Amino acid sequence: MSALTFTLKAAPRQNINCSALTPDNLAGKTAAEIGSIRLTSGQHPLQAADVFEISGSDTQQLCFKNATAKLDHIGAGMTTGNISIEGDAGAYLGFGMKNGEILCTGNTAAFAASNMRGGLLTINGNTGDFLGAGSEGSRKGMLGGTVIVRGNAGDRAGDQMRRGLILIEGNAGDYCGSRMIAGTIGVLGDLGVYTAFNMHRGTLLLNKKPQLHVTMHDCGAHTLPFLNLLFKSFSKYNTRFSTLDSLRVQRFVGDSTYGGNGEILILSA
Amino acid sequence: MLLNSIQIDDTFAEAFNMRGTRVIITAQNHKWAYHAANAMTGFATSVIGCGVEAGIEREMTAEETPDGRPGVSILMFAMGSKVLMQQLETRMGQCILTCPTAAAFSGIASEDMISLGKHLRYFGDGYQTSKLIAGKRYWRIPVMDGEFLTEETTGMVRAIGGGNFLILATSQPAALAAAETAIDAMKKIPNVIMPFPGGVVRSGSKVGSKYKTMFASTNDAFCPTLKGVTNSELSPEIESVMEIVIDGLTFDDIALSMKAGIEAICALGPASGVKRISAGNYGGKLGPHLFKLHDILKGSAA
Repeated sequence: MSALTFTLKAAPRQNINCSALTPDNLAGKTAAEIGSIRLTSGQHPLQAADVFEISGSDTQQLCFKNATAKLDHIGAGMTTGNISIEGDAGAYLGFGMKNGEILCTGNTAAFAASNMRGGLLTINGNTGDFLGAGSEGSRKGMLGGTVIVRGNAGDRAGDQMRRGLILIEGNAGDYCGSRMIAGTIGVLGDLGVYTAFNMHRGTLLLNKKPQLHVTMHDCGAHTLPFLNLLFKSFSKYNTRFSTLDSLRVQRFVGDSTYGGNGEILILSA
Repeated sequence: MLLNSIQIDDTFAEAFNMRGTRVIITAQNHKWAYHAANAMTGFATSVIGCGVEAGIEREMTAEETPDGRPGVSILMFAMGSKVLMQQLETRMGQCILTCPTAAAFSGIASEDMISLGKHLRYFGDGYQTSKLIAGKRYWRIPVMDGEFLTEETTGMVRAIGGGNFLILATSQPAALAAAETAIDAMKKIPNVIMPFPGGVVRSGSKVGSKYKTMFASTNDAFCPTLKGVTNSELSPEIESVMEIVIDGLTFDDIALSMKAGIEAICALGPASGVKRISAGNYGGKLGPHLFKLHDILKGSAA
Protein backbone atom coordinates (compact mmCIF):
# COMPACT_ATOMS: atom_id res chain seq x y z
CA MET A 1 0.00 0.00 0.00
CA SER A 2 1.28 3.44 -0.86
CA ALA A 3 0.92 6.44 1.43
CA LEU A 4 -2.39 8.23 1.27
CA THR A 5 -1.28 11.43 -0.45
CA PHE A 6 -2.98 14.81 -0.45
CA THR A 7 -1.52 16.99 -3.17
CA LEU A 8 -2.65 20.60 -2.99
CA LYS A 9 -4.33 21.55 -6.27
CA ALA A 10 -3.82 25.30 -5.97
CA ALA A 11 -2.41 27.57 -3.33
CA PRO A 12 -5.36 28.52 -1.14
CA ARG A 13 -5.99 32.18 -0.37
CA GLN A 14 -7.52 31.48 3.00
CA ASN A 15 -6.35 29.12 5.71
CA ILE A 16 -7.84 25.64 5.71
CA ASN A 17 -8.38 23.61 8.83
CA CYS A 18 -7.00 20.14 8.05
CA SER A 19 -7.65 18.59 11.47
CA ALA A 20 -10.02 16.03 9.94
CA LEU A 21 -7.21 14.52 7.88
CA THR A 22 -5.43 12.33 10.42
CA PRO A 23 -4.70 8.58 10.39
CA ASP A 24 -7.27 8.18 13.18
CA ASN A 25 -10.08 9.84 11.25
CA LEU A 26 -9.29 8.26 7.91
CA ALA A 27 -8.85 4.66 9.04
CA GLY A 28 -11.31 2.36 7.29
CA LYS A 29 -12.67 5.03 4.94
CA THR A 30 -12.98 4.55 1.19
CA ALA A 31 -11.43 6.95 -1.31
CA ALA A 32 -14.87 8.48 -1.95
CA GLU A 33 -15.51 8.96 1.73
CA ILE A 34 -12.12 10.58 2.21
CA GLY A 35 -12.74 12.91 -0.73
CA SER A 36 -16.02 14.02 0.74
CA ILE A 37 -14.64 14.86 4.18
CA ARG A 38 -15.59 18.40 5.11
CA LEU A 39 -12.84 20.88 5.77
CA THR A 40 -13.41 24.42 6.93
CA SER A 41 -11.83 27.48 5.48
CA GLY A 42 -13.17 30.49 7.28
CA GLN A 43 -16.92 30.34 6.73
CA HIS A 44 -16.61 28.34 3.54
CA PRO A 45 -17.30 24.63 3.76
CA LEU A 46 -15.05 22.62 1.51
CA GLN A 47 -14.58 18.98 0.70
CA ALA A 48 -11.17 17.39 0.79
CA ALA A 49 -11.39 16.52 -2.89
CA ASP A 50 -11.99 20.19 -3.72
CA VAL A 51 -8.64 21.12 -2.26
CA PHE A 52 -6.45 18.08 -2.79
CA GLU A 53 -5.65 15.52 -5.45
CA ILE A 54 -5.98 12.35 -3.39
CA SER A 55 -4.03 9.21 -4.20
CA GLY A 56 -2.71 6.17 -2.37
CA SER A 57 -4.54 4.13 0.20
CA ASP A 58 -2.50 3.62 3.39
CA THR A 59 -4.35 5.67 5.97
CA GLN A 60 -1.56 5.09 8.51
CA GLN A 61 0.90 6.92 6.25
CA LEU A 62 -0.33 10.32 5.15
CA CYS A 63 1.55 12.69 2.89
CA PHE A 64 0.75 16.32 2.10
CA LYS A 65 2.42 17.54 -1.08
CA ASN A 66 2.83 21.13 -2.32
CA ALA A 67 1.84 22.09 1.21
CA THR A 68 1.75 25.76 2.16
CA ALA A 69 1.43 27.80 5.35
CA LYS A 70 -2.33 28.00 4.73
CA LEU A 71 -2.84 24.40 5.88
CA ASP A 72 -3.59 24.65 9.59
CA HIS A 73 -4.10 22.02 12.27
CA ILE A 74 -2.41 19.20 10.37
CA GLY A 75 -2.20 16.12 12.61
CA ALA A 76 -4.37 17.64 15.31
CA GLY A 77 -5.19 15.13 18.04
CA MET A 78 -3.66 12.21 16.16
CA THR A 79 -2.92 9.10 18.21
CA THR A 80 -1.29 6.86 15.61
CA GLY A 81 0.42 6.72 12.24
CA ASN A 82 2.73 9.03 10.34
CA ILE A 83 2.19 12.29 8.51
CA SER A 84 4.80 13.77 6.25
CA ILE A 85 4.42 17.29 4.90
CA GLU A 86 6.38 18.18 1.79
CA GLY A 87 6.49 21.94 1.95
CA ASP A 88 5.32 24.31 4.64
CA ALA A 89 2.62 23.84 7.25
CA GLY A 90 0.31 26.40 8.78
CA ALA A 91 -0.48 27.11 12.39
CA TYR A 92 -1.19 24.49 15.04
CA LEU A 93 0.78 21.71 13.39
CA GLY A 94 0.41 18.64 15.65
CA PHE A 95 -2.08 20.48 17.87
CA GLY A 96 -2.85 18.21 20.85
CA MET A 97 -1.28 15.20 19.14
CA LYS A 98 -1.04 12.20 21.44
CA ASN A 99 1.12 9.76 19.51
CA GLY A 100 2.51 9.01 16.09
CA GLU A 101 4.97 11.03 14.06
CA ILE A 102 4.80 14.17 11.96
CA LEU A 103 7.59 15.38 9.70
CA CYS A 104 7.40 18.79 8.03
CA THR A 105 10.13 19.38 5.48
CA GLY A 106 9.55 23.12 5.30
CA ASN A 107 8.60 25.87 7.71
CA THR A 108 5.57 26.16 9.94
CA ALA A 109 3.50 29.03 11.22
CA ALA A 110 2.83 29.70 14.91
CA PHE A 111 1.64 27.34 17.64
CA ALA A 112 3.30 24.18 16.31
CA ALA A 113 3.04 21.37 18.93
CA SER A 114 0.59 23.46 20.92
CA ASN A 115 -1.11 21.34 23.60
CA MET A 116 0.88 18.34 22.33
CA ARG A 117 0.73 15.29 24.63
CA GLY A 118 2.92 12.68 22.97
CA GLY A 119 4.58 11.49 19.79
CA LEU A 120 7.31 13.02 17.68
CA LEU A 121 7.07 16.22 15.64
CA THR A 122 10.01 17.12 13.42
CA ILE A 123 10.25 20.41 11.57
CA ASN A 124 13.15 20.62 9.14
CA GLY A 125 12.71 24.33 8.55
CA ASN A 126 11.81 27.20 10.84
CA THR A 127 8.78 27.48 13.06
CA GLY A 128 6.80 30.47 14.23
CA ASP A 129 5.98 31.84 17.66
CA PHE A 130 4.52 29.87 20.55
CA LEU A 131 6.13 26.54 19.69
CA GLY A 132 4.81 23.98 22.22
CA ALA A 133 2.79 26.65 23.99
CA GLY A 134 -0.76 26.44 25.28
CA SER A 135 -3.56 27.45 22.95
CA GLU A 136 -5.65 30.51 23.70
CA GLY A 137 -7.23 30.27 27.12
CA SER A 138 -5.17 27.27 28.16
CA ARG A 139 -3.08 27.54 31.31
CA LYS A 140 -0.70 24.82 30.21
CA GLY A 141 1.34 24.32 27.09
CA MET A 142 2.81 21.13 25.75
CA LEU A 143 2.11 18.14 28.02
CA GLY A 144 4.44 15.56 26.54
CA GLY A 145 6.14 14.25 23.44
CA THR A 146 9.19 15.40 21.52
CA VAL A 147 9.60 18.28 19.08
CA ILE A 148 12.71 18.68 16.94
CA VAL A 149 13.21 21.92 15.00
CA ARG A 150 16.19 21.91 12.68
CA GLY A 151 15.82 25.60 11.85
CA ASN A 152 14.89 28.50 14.06
CA ALA A 153 11.93 29.02 16.38
CA GLY A 154 10.03 32.25 16.92
CA ASP A 155 9.21 33.97 20.18
CA ARG A 156 7.71 32.33 23.27
CA ALA A 157 8.93 28.81 22.47
CA GLY A 158 7.73 26.53 25.28
CA ASP A 159 5.46 29.12 26.83
CA GLN A 160 3.73 27.47 29.82
CA MET A 161 5.20 24.14 28.75
CA ARG A 162 4.26 21.42 31.27
CA ARG A 163 6.16 18.32 30.13
CA GLY A 164 8.08 16.94 27.17
CA LEU A 165 11.12 17.78 25.11
CA ILE A 166 11.74 20.55 22.56
CA LEU A 167 15.04 20.51 20.69
CA ILE A 168 15.81 23.57 18.56
CA GLU A 169 18.97 23.22 16.50
CA GLY A 170 18.88 26.82 15.29
CA ASN A 171 18.02 30.03 17.11
CA ALA A 172 15.08 30.82 19.37
CA GLY A 173 13.39 34.19 19.65
CA ASP A 174 12.48 36.27 22.66
CA TYR A 175 10.87 34.89 25.82
CA CYS A 176 12.09 31.34 25.22
CA GLY A 177 10.77 29.14 28.06
CA SER A 178 8.54 31.90 29.39
CA ARG A 179 6.17 30.81 32.15
CA MET A 180 7.55 27.30 31.73
CA ILE A 181 6.13 24.83 34.26
CA ALA A 182 8.31 21.78 33.54
CA GLY A 183 9.94 19.87 30.73
CA THR A 184 13.12 20.41 28.75
CA ILE A 185 13.97 22.83 25.95
CA GLY A 186 17.32 22.63 24.19
CA VAL A 187 18.62 25.40 21.91
CA LEU A 188 21.92 25.14 20.07
CA GLY A 189 21.82 28.59 18.45
CA ASP A 190 21.29 32.11 19.76
CA LEU A 191 18.39 33.32 21.85
CA GLY A 192 16.56 36.60 22.01
CA VAL A 193 15.90 38.57 25.16
CA TYR A 194 13.90 37.71 28.28
CA THR A 195 14.81 34.04 28.16
CA ALA A 196 13.02 32.08 30.94
CA PHE A 197 10.82 35.04 31.82
CA ASN A 198 8.60 34.00 34.73
CA MET A 199 9.92 30.46 34.48
CA HIS A 200 8.51 28.23 37.22
CA ARG A 201 10.37 24.93 36.78
CA GLY A 202 11.88 22.91 33.98
CA THR A 203 15.20 22.97 32.16
CA LEU A 204 16.60 25.14 29.38
CA LEU A 205 19.67 23.49 27.92
CA LEU A 206 21.56 26.09 25.92
CA ASN A 207 24.71 26.06 23.89
CA LYS A 208 25.33 29.79 24.31
CA LYS A 209 24.63 32.04 27.24
CA PRO A 210 21.88 34.47 26.33
CA GLN A 211 21.40 37.88 27.85
CA LEU A 212 19.68 37.02 31.14
CA HIS A 213 17.65 39.29 33.35
CA VAL A 214 18.75 39.79 36.96
CA THR A 215 16.17 37.42 38.40
CA MET A 216 17.99 34.46 36.87
CA HIS A 217 20.72 33.63 39.38
CA ASP A 218 24.13 32.20 38.59
CA CYS A 219 24.64 29.00 40.65
CA GLY A 220 28.08 28.22 39.26
CA ALA A 221 29.65 25.56 37.06
CA HIS A 222 28.83 21.92 37.77
CA THR A 223 29.18 18.41 36.43
CA LEU A 224 25.68 16.94 36.49
CA PRO A 225 25.37 13.14 36.08
CA PHE A 226 21.70 13.37 35.10
CA LEU A 227 22.79 14.91 31.79
CA ASN A 228 24.13 11.50 30.85
CA LEU A 229 20.59 10.14 30.99
CA LEU A 230 19.28 13.11 29.04
CA PHE A 231 21.94 12.84 26.33
CA LYS A 232 21.33 9.10 26.06
CA SER A 233 17.65 9.84 25.42
CA PHE A 234 18.63 12.20 22.58
CA SER A 235 20.60 9.49 20.83
CA LYS A 236 17.50 7.86 19.33
CA TYR A 237 16.68 11.03 17.44
CA ASN A 238 18.43 12.16 14.30
CA THR A 239 19.51 15.52 15.64
CA ARG A 240 22.68 17.45 16.42
CA PHE A 241 21.73 17.17 20.08
CA SER A 242 22.69 13.50 19.99
CA THR A 243 26.35 14.51 19.69
CA LEU A 244 26.35 16.28 23.07
CA ASP A 245 28.49 14.58 25.69
CA SER A 246 29.87 17.15 28.11
CA LEU A 247 28.26 16.96 31.54
CA ARG A 248 29.84 20.28 32.50
CA VAL A 249 27.36 23.17 32.63
CA GLN A 250 26.90 26.63 34.10
CA ARG A 251 23.66 26.59 36.09
CA PHE A 252 21.31 29.55 36.43
CA VAL A 253 18.16 29.28 38.53
CA GLY A 254 15.01 31.40 38.47
CA ASP A 255 12.89 33.25 37.62
CA SER A 256 12.94 34.56 41.20
CA THR A 257 10.36 37.20 40.36
CA TYR A 258 8.02 34.28 40.20
CA GLY A 259 9.65 32.31 43.03
CA GLY A 260 10.69 29.96 40.29
CA ASN A 261 12.99 26.95 40.53
CA GLY A 262 13.59 26.61 36.82
CA GLU A 263 17.10 26.17 35.51
CA ILE A 264 19.14 27.29 32.56
CA LEU A 265 22.09 25.03 31.87
CA ILE A 266 24.75 26.51 29.62
CA LEU A 267 26.81 23.77 28.03
CA SER A 268 30.56 24.18 28.28
CA ALA A 269 32.50 24.05 25.04
CA MET B 1 23.88 -40.41 45.29
CA LEU B 2 27.64 -39.84 45.07
CA LEU B 3 29.22 -36.98 43.20
CA ASN B 4 32.99 -37.29 42.98
CA SER B 5 32.83 -39.56 46.05
CA ILE B 6 30.90 -36.96 48.07
CA GLN B 7 27.50 -38.08 49.30
CA ILE B 8 24.50 -36.05 48.21
CA ASP B 9 21.57 -36.69 50.55
CA ASP B 10 18.22 -37.58 49.04
CA THR B 11 16.56 -34.58 50.60
CA PHE B 12 15.34 -31.14 49.67
CA ALA B 13 15.55 -27.48 50.63
CA GLU B 14 12.27 -25.84 51.47
CA ALA B 15 11.72 -22.28 50.30
CA PHE B 16 9.11 -19.57 50.63
CA ASN B 17 7.40 -16.96 48.51
CA MET B 18 8.89 -13.52 48.89
CA ARG B 19 8.72 -10.12 47.23
CA GLY B 20 11.89 -8.90 45.62
CA THR B 21 13.36 -5.92 43.86
CA ARG B 22 16.57 -4.97 42.13
CA VAL B 23 18.30 -1.61 42.48
CA ILE B 24 21.29 -0.42 40.48
CA ILE B 25 23.70 1.74 42.45
CA THR B 26 26.22 3.82 40.55
CA ALA B 27 28.94 6.15 41.74
CA GLN B 28 32.06 7.96 40.63
CA ASN B 29 33.94 4.66 40.73
CA HIS B 30 33.39 1.09 41.87
CA LYS B 31 34.94 1.85 45.25
CA TRP B 32 32.13 4.25 46.15
CA ALA B 33 29.45 2.17 44.46
CA TYR B 34 30.48 -0.69 46.76
CA HIS B 35 30.52 1.59 49.81
CA ALA B 36 26.91 2.54 49.05
CA ALA B 37 25.83 -0.99 48.16
CA ASN B 38 27.53 -2.55 51.17
CA ALA B 39 25.78 -0.09 53.45
CA MET B 40 22.44 -0.69 51.76
CA THR B 41 22.74 -4.46 52.04
CA GLY B 42 24.24 -4.41 55.52
CA PHE B 43 22.26 -5.95 58.38
CA ALA B 44 20.09 -7.74 55.86
CA THR B 45 20.93 -11.40 56.41
CA SER B 46 17.56 -12.74 57.45
CA VAL B 47 13.99 -11.48 57.46
CA ILE B 48 13.70 -12.81 61.00
CA GLY B 49 15.64 -9.94 62.49
CA CYS B 50 16.44 -7.56 59.65
CA GLY B 51 13.15 -7.16 57.80
CA VAL B 52 14.80 -7.84 54.47
CA GLU B 53 17.39 -10.12 52.98
CA ALA B 54 19.66 -8.25 50.61
CA GLY B 55 22.93 -8.67 48.83
CA ILE B 56 25.04 -7.52 45.94
CA GLU B 57 24.11 -9.46 42.84
CA ARG B 58 27.00 -8.38 40.65
CA GLU B 59 29.31 -5.60 39.56
CA MET B 60 28.27 -3.56 36.52
CA THR B 61 30.48 -1.75 34.03
CA ALA B 62 29.89 1.88 33.14
CA GLU B 63 28.47 0.77 29.79
CA GLU B 64 25.79 -1.31 31.51
CA THR B 65 24.43 1.31 33.92
CA PRO B 66 21.78 3.92 33.14
CA ASP B 67 23.98 6.92 33.84
CA GLY B 68 27.18 5.59 32.33
CA ARG B 69 29.08 5.29 35.60
CA PRO B 70 30.48 2.18 37.32
CA GLY B 71 27.91 0.43 39.47
CA VAL B 72 26.64 -2.65 41.25
CA SER B 73 23.24 -4.29 41.26
CA ILE B 74 21.51 -5.14 44.51
CA LEU B 75 18.73 -7.63 45.12
CA MET B 76 16.46 -7.19 48.12
CA PHE B 77 13.82 -9.61 49.37
CA ALA B 78 11.13 -9.45 52.04
CA MET B 79 8.22 -11.60 53.14
CA GLY B 80 5.69 -8.97 52.08
CA SER B 81 5.40 -5.89 49.90
CA LYS B 82 4.83 -3.52 52.80
CA VAL B 83 8.06 -4.46 54.56
CA LEU B 84 9.99 -4.37 51.32
CA MET B 85 8.74 -0.87 50.52
CA GLN B 86 9.48 0.40 54.00
CA GLN B 87 12.95 -1.13 54.16
CA LEU B 88 13.85 0.05 50.66
CA GLU B 89 12.94 3.64 51.48
CA THR B 90 14.77 3.60 54.80
CA ARG B 91 17.90 2.08 53.33
CA MET B 92 17.81 4.44 50.32
CA GLY B 93 17.61 7.39 52.68
CA GLN B 94 20.32 6.29 55.08
CA CYS B 95 22.72 4.48 52.76
CA ILE B 96 22.45 5.83 49.22
CA LEU B 97 21.37 9.44 49.73
CA THR B 98 24.20 9.79 52.23
CA CYS B 99 26.93 8.12 50.19
CA PRO B 100 29.17 10.48 48.18
CA THR B 101 28.47 10.48 44.41
CA ALA B 102 26.02 7.55 44.63
CA ALA B 103 22.91 7.38 42.45
CA ALA B 104 20.12 4.79 42.38
CA PHE B 105 18.14 3.35 39.50
CA SER B 106 15.50 0.73 38.99
CA GLY B 107 17.01 -2.60 38.03
CA ILE B 108 13.82 -4.49 37.23
CA ALA B 109 10.59 -3.77 35.40
CA SER B 110 7.25 -4.85 36.79
CA GLU B 111 3.61 -3.89 36.85
CA ASP B 112 4.08 -3.32 40.58
CA MET B 113 6.25 -0.27 40.93
CA ILE B 114 7.41 0.77 44.40
CA SER B 115 9.00 3.93 45.64
CA LEU B 116 12.74 4.27 45.20
CA GLY B 117 13.30 8.02 45.45
CA LYS B 118 9.68 9.09 45.28
CA HIS B 119 9.47 10.18 48.90
CA LEU B 120 13.16 10.83 49.37
CA ARG B 121 12.76 13.81 47.11
CA TYR B 122 11.32 15.85 49.95
CA PHE B 123 14.82 15.95 51.42
CA GLY B 124 15.33 18.56 48.70
CA ASP B 125 13.14 20.99 50.65
CA GLY B 126 11.56 22.37 47.52
CA TYR B 127 14.80 22.57 45.51
CA GLN B 128 14.35 19.04 44.17
CA THR B 129 13.86 18.73 40.44
CA SER B 130 12.04 16.06 38.54
CA LYS B 131 13.03 15.00 35.03
CA LEU B 132 10.97 12.67 32.89
CA ILE B 133 13.50 11.11 30.53
CA ALA B 134 12.55 8.46 27.97
CA GLY B 135 9.39 7.63 29.91
CA LYS B 136 11.08 7.25 33.31
CA ARG B 137 10.85 9.79 36.09
CA TYR B 138 13.99 10.77 37.94
CA TRP B 139 14.58 13.06 40.89
CA ARG B 140 17.54 15.36 41.27
CA ILE B 141 18.01 16.29 44.89
CA PRO B 142 20.56 18.99 45.72
CA VAL B 143 23.06 17.72 48.29
CA MET B 144 26.38 19.01 49.53
CA ASP B 145 28.50 17.06 47.03
CA GLY B 146 26.39 18.14 44.06
CA GLU B 147 23.19 16.35 43.10
CA PHE B 148 21.73 13.07 44.26
CA LEU B 149 20.10 11.42 41.27
CA THR B 150 17.52 8.69 41.77
CA GLU B 151 14.83 7.06 39.73
CA GLU B 152 11.37 7.58 41.19
CA THR B 153 10.34 3.93 41.36
CA THR B 154 11.60 0.42 40.88
CA GLY B 155 9.79 -2.81 40.11
CA MET B 156 8.62 -5.28 42.73
CA VAL B 157 8.33 -8.90 41.65
CA ARG B 158 7.31 -12.21 43.15
CA ALA B 159 10.43 -14.07 44.24
CA ILE B 160 11.58 -17.05 46.29
CA GLY B 161 13.69 -17.09 49.44
CA GLY B 162 15.23 -19.82 51.48
CA GLY B 163 16.84 -22.14 48.97
CA ASN B 164 19.76 -23.74 50.80
CA PHE B 165 22.20 -26.57 51.16
CA LEU B 166 24.43 -27.84 53.96
CA ILE B 167 28.11 -28.69 53.70
CA LEU B 168 29.21 -31.43 56.09
CA ALA B 169 32.96 -31.71 56.54
CA THR B 170 35.59 -33.27 58.74
CA SER B 171 36.82 -29.94 60.09
CA GLN B 172 35.71 -26.33 60.43
CA PRO B 173 38.42 -25.00 58.05
CA ALA B 174 37.45 -27.65 55.50
CA ALA B 175 33.75 -26.78 55.70
CA LEU B 176 34.45 -23.07 55.35
CA ALA B 177 36.90 -23.48 52.48
CA ALA B 178 34.32 -25.55 50.61
CA ALA B 179 31.65 -22.95 51.32
CA GLU B 180 33.89 -20.21 49.94
CA THR B 181 34.46 -22.26 46.79
CA ALA B 182 30.70 -22.67 46.39
CA ILE B 183 30.06 -18.96 46.90
CA ASP B 184 32.64 -18.03 44.27
CA ALA B 185 30.81 -20.24 41.76
CA MET B 186 27.34 -19.08 42.81
CA LYS B 187 28.22 -15.39 42.49
CA LYS B 188 28.50 -15.92 38.76
CA ILE B 189 24.83 -16.87 38.55
CA PRO B 190 22.46 -13.91 37.93
CA ASN B 191 19.21 -13.16 39.80
CA VAL B 192 20.33 -14.66 43.13
CA ILE B 193 21.98 -13.50 46.32
CA MET B 194 23.41 -15.32 49.32
CA PRO B 195 22.46 -12.88 52.07
CA PHE B 196 24.51 -14.15 55.02
CA PRO B 197 28.02 -12.93 55.92
CA GLY B 198 30.28 -13.91 53.06
CA GLY B 199 27.31 -15.87 51.73
CA VAL B 200 27.64 -18.49 54.47
CA VAL B 201 25.62 -19.14 57.65
CA ARG B 202 26.87 -21.28 60.51
CA SER B 203 23.82 -21.05 62.75
CA GLY B 204 21.13 -22.95 60.94
CA SER B 205 17.91 -23.13 62.92
CA LYS B 206 15.03 -25.47 63.57
CA VAL B 207 11.47 -24.40 64.26
CA GLY B 208 10.60 -24.06 67.96
CA SER B 209 12.56 -24.13 71.20
CA LYS B 210 12.37 -25.35 74.77
CA TYR B 211 11.98 -21.68 75.70
CA LYS B 212 8.45 -20.32 75.19
CA THR B 213 9.65 -16.95 73.84
CA MET B 214 11.79 -18.48 71.09
CA PHE B 215 10.13 -19.58 67.86
CA ALA B 216 13.39 -20.82 66.36
CA SER B 217 16.50 -22.27 67.92
CA THR B 218 19.75 -23.98 67.02
CA ASN B 219 19.52 -26.88 64.59
CA ASP B 220 20.85 -29.39 67.13
CA ALA B 221 20.61 -32.32 64.73
CA PHE B 222 23.42 -30.71 62.71
CA CYS B 223 25.48 -29.38 65.64
CA PRO B 224 28.68 -31.47 65.77
CA THR B 225 29.29 -30.87 69.48
CA LEU B 226 25.91 -32.45 70.29
CA LYS B 227 26.44 -35.66 68.35
CA GLY B 228 26.15 -37.84 71.45
CA VAL B 229 23.25 -36.14 73.20
CA THR B 230 20.77 -35.32 70.48
CA ASN B 231 19.06 -37.10 67.62
CA SER B 232 22.00 -36.21 65.43
CA GLU B 233 22.11 -36.23 61.63
CA LEU B 234 25.89 -36.35 61.75
CA SER B 235 28.18 -39.34 61.41
CA PRO B 236 31.20 -39.55 63.70
CA GLU B 237 33.71 -38.03 61.28
CA ILE B 238 31.68 -34.82 60.71
CA GLU B 239 33.11 -32.00 62.77
CA SER B 240 31.60 -28.91 61.15
CA VAL B 241 28.56 -27.92 59.05
CA MET B 242 28.10 -24.75 57.00
CA GLU B 243 24.90 -23.64 55.27
CA ILE B 244 24.45 -21.52 52.18
CA VAL B 245 21.09 -19.79 51.85
CA ILE B 246 19.92 -18.48 48.48
CA ASP B 247 17.22 -15.97 47.59
CA GLY B 248 16.36 -15.58 43.93
CA LEU B 249 13.90 -14.15 41.49
CA THR B 250 12.67 -17.54 40.24
CA PHE B 251 12.82 -21.22 41.16
CA ASP B 252 15.13 -21.92 38.23
CA ASP B 253 17.57 -19.18 39.27
CA ILE B 254 17.90 -20.71 42.73
CA ALA B 255 18.13 -24.26 41.39
CA LEU B 256 20.87 -23.18 38.98
CA SER B 257 22.87 -21.49 41.72
CA MET B 258 22.50 -24.50 44.06
CA LYS B 259 23.71 -26.76 41.28
CA ALA B 260 26.71 -24.50 40.60
CA GLY B 261 27.61 -24.35 44.29
CA ILE B 262 27.30 -28.08 44.99
CA GLU B 263 29.18 -29.03 41.84
CA ALA B 264 31.99 -26.63 42.70
CA ILE B 265 32.33 -28.28 46.12
CA CYS B 266 32.21 -31.79 44.74
CA ALA B 267 34.88 -30.89 42.21
CA LEU B 268 37.21 -30.44 45.18
CA GLY B 269 36.85 -34.15 45.88
CA PRO B 270 36.82 -36.03 49.19
CA ALA B 271 40.36 -34.90 49.99
CA SER B 272 38.86 -31.48 50.73
CA GLY B 273 37.33 -32.95 53.87
CA VAL B 274 33.75 -32.55 52.61
CA LYS B 275 31.84 -35.79 53.15
CA ARG B 276 28.20 -34.95 52.56
CA ILE B 277 25.87 -32.34 51.08
CA SER B 278 22.46 -32.06 52.65
CA ALA B 279 19.68 -29.45 52.85
CA GLY B 280 17.43 -27.84 55.42
CA ASN B 281 13.69 -28.26 55.41
CA TYR B 282 10.62 -28.39 57.63
CA GLY B 283 9.28 -31.68 56.38
CA GLY B 284 7.92 -30.00 53.26
CA LYS B 285 4.88 -28.66 55.07
CA LEU B 286 5.74 -24.97 55.45
CA GLY B 287 7.29 -23.79 52.21
CA PRO B 288 5.65 -24.17 48.81
CA HIS B 289 8.95 -24.62 46.94
CA LEU B 290 10.98 -27.80 47.34
CA PHE B 291 14.48 -27.93 45.88
CA LYS B 292 15.31 -31.61 45.66
CA LEU B 293 19.08 -31.99 45.60
CA HIS B 294 19.16 -35.05 43.34
CA ASP B 295 16.81 -33.48 40.80
CA ILE B 296 18.78 -30.23 40.81
CA LEU B 297 22.05 -32.00 40.16
CA LYS B 298 20.50 -34.03 37.37
CA GLY B 299 19.24 -30.75 35.91
CA SER B 300 15.66 -31.93 36.14
CA ALA B 301 14.37 -29.74 38.99
CA ALA B 302 11.32 -27.70 38.13
